[in-house]
Amino acid sequence: MIHPGSFVKQLVRDLRAQKLRTFLTTLGIVWGTVAVSLLLSFGQAFHTQMIKNIAGLGNAIVIAWPSVTSLPFEGLSKGRRIRLREDDIELVRKRATSLEAISSEYTDTLQLKHGKRTMAVDVSGVSPIFGEMRNMIPVMGGRFLNPLDEAKQRRVAFLGDELAETLFGSSDPVGQTFRLHGSPFTVVGVLKPKEQDSSYSSRDKDKLIIPGSTFRALTGEKYINLFIFTAQDVQRTEEVTDEVLAIIAGKYRFDPTDREALMIWDTTEMFQFMDAFMMAFKMFLGIVGSLTLVVGGIGVSNIMSVVVEERTPEVGVKMALGAKPRGILGQFLMETLIFTAVGGFIGLLITAGICALFPSLGLEEYVGIPTVDVQVAALTASLLGLIGLVAGFFPARAAANLDPVVAMKMT
Amino acid sequence: MSDTSKALANGNIIRMEGIRKVYDTGKIQVEALRGIDLEVDTGEFVAVIGPSGSGKSTLMNLIGCLDTPTDGHYELSGQSVAKMKKDELATVRNRRVGFVFQNFNLLPQISSFENVEMPLLFGGVSRRKRHQRVEELMERVGLGDRMDHKPTELSGGQMQRVAVARALAMDPDIVLADEPTGNLDSSSGGDIMELFAELWEQGRTMVVITHDAALARRANRQVEIHDGLITTDTRS
Ligand SMILES: Nc1ncnc2c1ncn2[C@@H]1O[C@H](COP(=O)(O)OP(=O)(O)OP(=O)(O)O)[C@@H](O)[C@H]1O
Ligand SMILES: [Mg+2]
Repeated sequence: MIHPGSFVKQLVRDLRAQKLRTFLTTLGIVWGTVAVSLLLSFGQAFHTQMIKNIAGLGNAIVIAWPSVTSLPFEGLSKGRRIRLREDDIELVRKRATSLEAISSEYTDTLQLKHGKRTMAVDVSGVSPIFGEMRNMIPVMGGRFLNPLDEAKQRRVAFLGDELAETLFGSSDPVGQTFRLHGSPFTVVGVLKPKEQDSSYSSRDKDKLIIPGSTFRALTGEKYINLFIFTAQDVQRTEEVTDEVLAIIAGKYRFDPTDREALMIWDTTEMFQFMDAFMMAFKMFLGIVGSLTLVVGGIGVSNIMSVVVEERTPEVGVKMALGAKPRGILGQFLMETLIFTAVGGFIGLLITAGICALFPSLGLEEYVGIPTVDVQVAALTASLLGLIGLVAGFFPARAAANLDPVVAMKMT
Repeated sequence: MSDTSKALANGNIIRMEGIRKVYDTGKIQVEALRGIDLEVDTGEFVAVIGPSGSGKSTLMNLIGCLDTPTDGHYELSGQSVAKMKKDELATVRNRRVGFVFQNFNLLPQISSFENVEMPLLFGGVSRRKRHQRVEELMERVGLGDRMDHKPTELSGGQMQRVAVARALAMDPDIVLADEPTGNLDSSSGGDIMELFAELWEQGRTMVVITHDAALARRANRQVEIHDGLITTDTRS
């Protein structure tokens, strides 16, 4: 008997008749959705960017530089120079029980010749595992150094992305050759560009990486510049560091508490700090987001309840003409649903628009690229809609329960 | 046999006993109706007359099931109105009673067409039939050319005619009108009177509040109210 079309007709008519309310309520939901989704998008982007930036340094590595003793030990005076060789690295690899990986790094600035160009580049000689430890991912079509390169002292090189660009321009560097310190080298891979906001020598993008064995043969260098290692369990990095210190200190006879004989940079401390920082940051976002929701919710609920109360006489007229209380509430429900859906959708579009325009500002390196989270937008809009619904429901029900004449006379 | 069939056998469509209505405004209590006994037979045309403030509109609202009496008993076609559920009341208001309000009570933001269409929407009438019916009614009250006007764009008399058209939309068997010619000149007032006479001839029960002696004379019964009580009740 009841014609579904007539319900829709009433709905459309009322929305049209109440332009201001339709506009205000929808605006409230749009505003709340945009505010919360933008906040979270930017927060997430910032978070991701920071993680990318520190990951550029490596996967929870500890960096160790042999240096000069600063404490006298067992009759030996301070100021002694500690110099480590490849067999010391072997020793640590064998003895340290919870060690995951270790690589030495030899560094020097060497002369490179390619065609007519001659330049000085920072060269590092490392183990094949170094690539993984330092998040040096090759661009498609290339590779990092492998164990065979190391074993056979191959003259192969892995290039930082900017160095590759300088040397070979837009042509594919893999397979190309150049001369380094007088010897011919072949490029096997190029670094996939990565974010890196800290380093312990030059940036990876400018570096030339060759096998450690090749480096030693090429330059005659016996001593390592530094070494890096990781623990099997990141939580136990400190323990492993102590173990490594004890092994080196035992062999070279220096005080294991000497902070300078073997200088240590535990980057996991930075990760731990970052974790704490991000936690605080997320809590901050959560609080600001919640407050935004509360403020938006108060706005939406005020508009709703005021408007529904204002419409009590209209509800009275409708009931006098035969509208059922259920119909009046159902219509109110539908209206709120429409405000919410439309408001949420517009909010999402605005957020997406802002996120799309954002990269053109060139702030990526600092705050990352915000992306819209549809779920967050939908959730925000729904929450605001729900608040509006609750705020409007009780006055709507109260109006629908009055005698029509009483409702009509309400002002 | 049920109450309904007894009432129908008696011909009573409206039966009120000891109806009182007290308005409680907080500070003072106004006893607008002080014990009304009224029986109206199916097909009667009752004119309700009386001075301003005597309780005519109050009585009409109660007859139309738009308000609840403070005291007393009211049966519509033998059915106790007090016992009706909200949805039953809605159906009565929608299908059985056509109400013309003293102050029209048209919704101001929508067109007169849409105002007249409203009871049909609540009655679940299909779009095609709604349009047909609204157009027919608007022609009937002489406003075929004012369908897209909003109430605020109409004169008092035109609004009154829209209110009449709206009351008739669902083809009710009881027409209740509160001063339906109050804002009309004698010519359009006459048209409404003709319309009401026609509705009555078709067998409807009419209760009309009026100050208009000509309209009151058209009715077959005159009920006079003074100070919340029926003082005279004459059939012609
Ligand atoms: N909602 C209300 N609250 C309080 N008092 C009311 C209310 N409605 C009506 N009254 C009072 O009840 C009495 C009867 O009012 P009612 O509207 O029924 O008079 P009426 O006979 O229709 O008058 P009129 O011819 O002027 O329309 C009046 O004294 C009026 O002031
Ligand atoms: Mg009155």
